[in-house]
Amino acid sequence: MTVQLISANHAAAMAATLAGRANRNARGFGGGIYPITPQTECIELLAKQEFEKGGVIPVESEHSAMAVCMGVSLGGARSFTASASNGLAYMAENVVAAGMYRLPILMMAVNRTLGPPWNIWVDHGDTLMLRDSGWMHIYCEDNQEVLDSILFGYRLAEDPRVLLPIMVCQDAFVLSHTMMQTDIPDQEQVDRFLPDLDLPHRLHNDAVTVGGLDFPHETEVHRAQHQEAMDGVAEVYAEIQDEFEQIFGRRPADRIVPYRMEDAKYAVVSMGTTALTVRVAVDAMREKGIPVGAVRMRMLRPYPEKEMIEALAGCEKVAILDRDISLGHGGVLWSETRGTVPPGCVVQGTMLGLGGGDIRPQHIEEVIEDLLERTEDGSPVIKEVM
Amino acid sequence: MQEPVLEGCFKTDQELTDPLLRPGNTNCGGCGMSVAWNMLSHARGKHELQVVIPACCGIVTAGHYPVSSYGAPTVASTFASSAAVAAGLAHVMEMNDENKRAVCFAGDGGTYDIGMATLSAAAERNDDILYICYDNEIYGNTGGQRSSATPLGATTTTTPGGKKLQKKDITAIMAAHRIPYVASVSLAHLEDTRRKMQYALETRGFRFLHVFAPCPTGWKSEQAEGIDLIRMAVDSGLFPVMEIFDGVTTQINIEPSMSDEALETYFSSQGRFKKNKVDIATVRAAIDANWARLRRGVS
Ligand SMILES: Cc1ncc(C[n+]2csc(CCOP(=O)(O)OP(=O)(O)O)c2C)c(N)n1
Ligand code: SF4
Repeated sequence: MTVQLISANHAAAMAATLAGRANRNARGFGGGIYPITPQTECIELLAKQEFEKGGVIPVESEHSAMAVCMGVSLGGARSFTASASNGLAYMAENVVAAGMYRLPILMMAVNRTLGPPWNIWVDHGDTLMLRDSGWMHIYCEDNQEVLDSILFGYRLAEDPRVLLPIMVCQDAFVLSHTMMQTDIPDQEQVDRFLPDLDLPHRLHNDAVTVGGLDFPHETEVHRAQHQEAMDGVAEVYAEIQDEFEQIFGRRPADRIVPYRMEDAKYAVVSMGTTALTVRVAVDAMREKGIPVGAVRMRMLRPYPEKEMIEALAGCEKVAILDRDISLGHGGVLWSETRGTVPPGCVVQGTMLGLGGGDIRPQHIEEVIEDLLERTEDGSPVIKEVM
Repeated sequence: MQEPVLEGCFKTDQELTDPLLRPGNTNCGGCGMSVAWNMLSHARGKHELQVVIPACCGIVTAGHYPVSSYGAPTVASTFASSAAVAAGLAHVMEMNDENKRAVCFAGDGGTYDIGMATLSAAAERNDDILYICYDNEIYGNTGGQRSSATPLGATTTTTPGGKKLQKKDITAIMAAHRIPYVASVSLAHLEDTRRKMQYALETRGFRFLHVFAPCPTGWKSEQAEGIDLIRMAVDSGLFPVMEIFDGVTTQINIEPSMSDEALETYFSSQGRFKKNKVDIATVRAAIDANWARLRRGVS
C-alpha cells in the first residue's frame, strides 16, 4: 500500500488497472475508451498502463466504447470504461444492452451537466437518466471512495449471485480534478480480493445466441430474474465489506451512510459530495441545539429501502437534496425517498447546485431552517446557490 | 457441357451435420441472406466462429432462447454496434491465443447507415474481424424502408415516389480504409463466392465482404428468381464482382457482358421498380461511367 496525492480520475484509472491486472491468469482485461471532460484524465492514464493480458481500445464514440466492453465481457474478460454527461447519453442504448445481458462491466461515471447549453460542472442528471438500465449505481464522496468502490464494485458485479454491471459515480471537478491523499493498494492485495472472472454466459463453443428474441412471457421472466439479482445485492454487499476490510484494512461504507442520526428529529438526505457539506452544516446546527442528522445515499440501485426506512424512522421532518431535476416533477432522490419517511413526517425536496453551483454550508443551513418552519410537505423547490 | 458448380457438392458432411444456418429457421422463401449463410457454412471448414449480428432480419432468424437457428456461438448486438462488439471479442480471442474468427453478419442498414461510424472505426483499427454485409437494399426487418443502399428508382415504404438518390458505393468506401481485403460477392457465382469466403476466413485483419442478397419480400419479386436477378445484375454490369487488396490492388473477378437485355429484365422483374419506371438509358450511362472508373483502378 502506498499513499499518493492524486485526483479521483487517476484514482479510478489506478483501480481499473489493478483490477484488470488481477485477471491476468484468467481471460484478461479490456474495454473501449473515449474522452469527455471531466473524465478524460482517467482514460488517458489507463491508455498508458501496461497489462500482461489485454488493454483498452481507443474507439470512435461512447456507443462503441460500451459495445467493445460488451464484446470483451462476452469473451469472458474483465471490462472497464468511463464516461460523463453527453457521452453517457450517447452511450445509453448500449448501457441498457449491457444491463439486460447482465455483463459485469464496470463504468466510472463523472457526473456532469447534460447540454447544450454546454456546462462541464457537476450535476447528477446524466447517470440518473440511466437509472433504470439494470445497472447498480454507487455515488462517491471522496477520491478514496472512488478507488475503493471500483475494486469493491468488480467483486460485487462479478459475484455469481449478482452478475450485474455497475456504475461508480463521482462529482465533476469536486472530485475528478481534486487531488487528495489516496491509499493505493498493492497488486498482491487486489489479487487476493478479486478472484479470476469466470462468466457463466460468456461465449464458449456452444452454438447459442446471446440475445435473440423474447416473447412477453420470456421478458417477464428475464425481468423477474434481474430484479431477484438486485434484491440479493444487499447480502452480498455486506459479505464483501468484511472481506475488503480484512484485506485492505478499511471498511467500505454501507449502502447508506447516516450521520448523527441516533437522536435526530430532522434529517437531510443527499448524494455525492453534497453530503460532505451537509455534515458541516449539521455540526453547526447541532451547536445551536437543533437535533438534526444526515443520511448520504451511497448506493442508489438497488435502492436501499429497508436501510432508509430504518435510518429515517425517528424523524419528524426530512429535507431531501437533489443535484438533479426530473423536469416536470422534482429531484430524483426526493421522488424516490419521500416514500420511506415515517407516517406524518414532513418532507421537503430542494434542488440545489444544479449545473455545478457551489453548495456551501450556509446554503444547507438555510435549507434546514426552512425545513424547521414547515408544517406540511411542499412542492420541490430549486434553490439558487450563486 | 457446363461443369457442375461446387464440384456438384452442394452440401459437405459438415454442412449436413453442423450447418451454420439450421433448418426450421423463419427466413422468407428465396431469401438471399439464407444463401449467404449456406455459402459461409460451405466455406467455413475447420474455422471456429464467433458471430455478431445486429438488429436486422438475420437476428430474427436466430429465434427464441433456448433454440438458435445458428450453428455457431452468436451475439445479438444493438443495431449500430456489431463491429465494436466483434472488436471486443476479437481482442479477447487474441489475448487468449484462441485461433477463432470474429464474424459480423449485418444488413445494409446496419452497415451503410447506422453502423457506418462503428464499422469505419473498426476498419481503421484493422481489427481482426470478418465483416459480411448482406445487402438486400432495404430495411427488411422493419417492413421495407429505404436505406442508403436502396438504388435509384426503387419504391420503398419511405420512398413512395421511388428513390431519387443513388446508392452508396460501399466497396469504394471500405477500400478507402486500405484494409487487407474487400470483395463484392455474387450469389449467382458460387465458386467465386466460396473462394472469397475462404480467403476472407484465412486472412487476418479487417476483411469486408459485400454480398448482394436478393430479398423477394422487399423487392416484390418471385422467390425462385432471386439468383437469376443477381446474375442479371452481374451480366449487365450493374453489380461489379471484384476484390480489392489493401485498398490498392483491384481485381475484376467476373467480366460482365454489359447486356442491356439483362438490365431491362432485371428491372422489369421486380415490383419495386414497377411504379416508377427506371430510365434504362440513364442507368446504362451510370454503369458505364462506373466501369470506366473501376478499370482505371484495376491493376
Ligand atoms: C437504434 C435502433 N433503431 C432502429 C431499430 C429498428 N430496426 C431494426 S432492424 C432495422 C432495419 C434493418 O435493416 P437492414 O440492416 O438493412 O437489415 P434487414 O432487416 O434488411 O435484414 C431497423 C430500422 C433498431 N433495432 N435499433
Ligand atoms: S425480408 Fe428479405 S432479407 Fe428479410 S428474411 Fe425475408 S427475404 Fe430475407
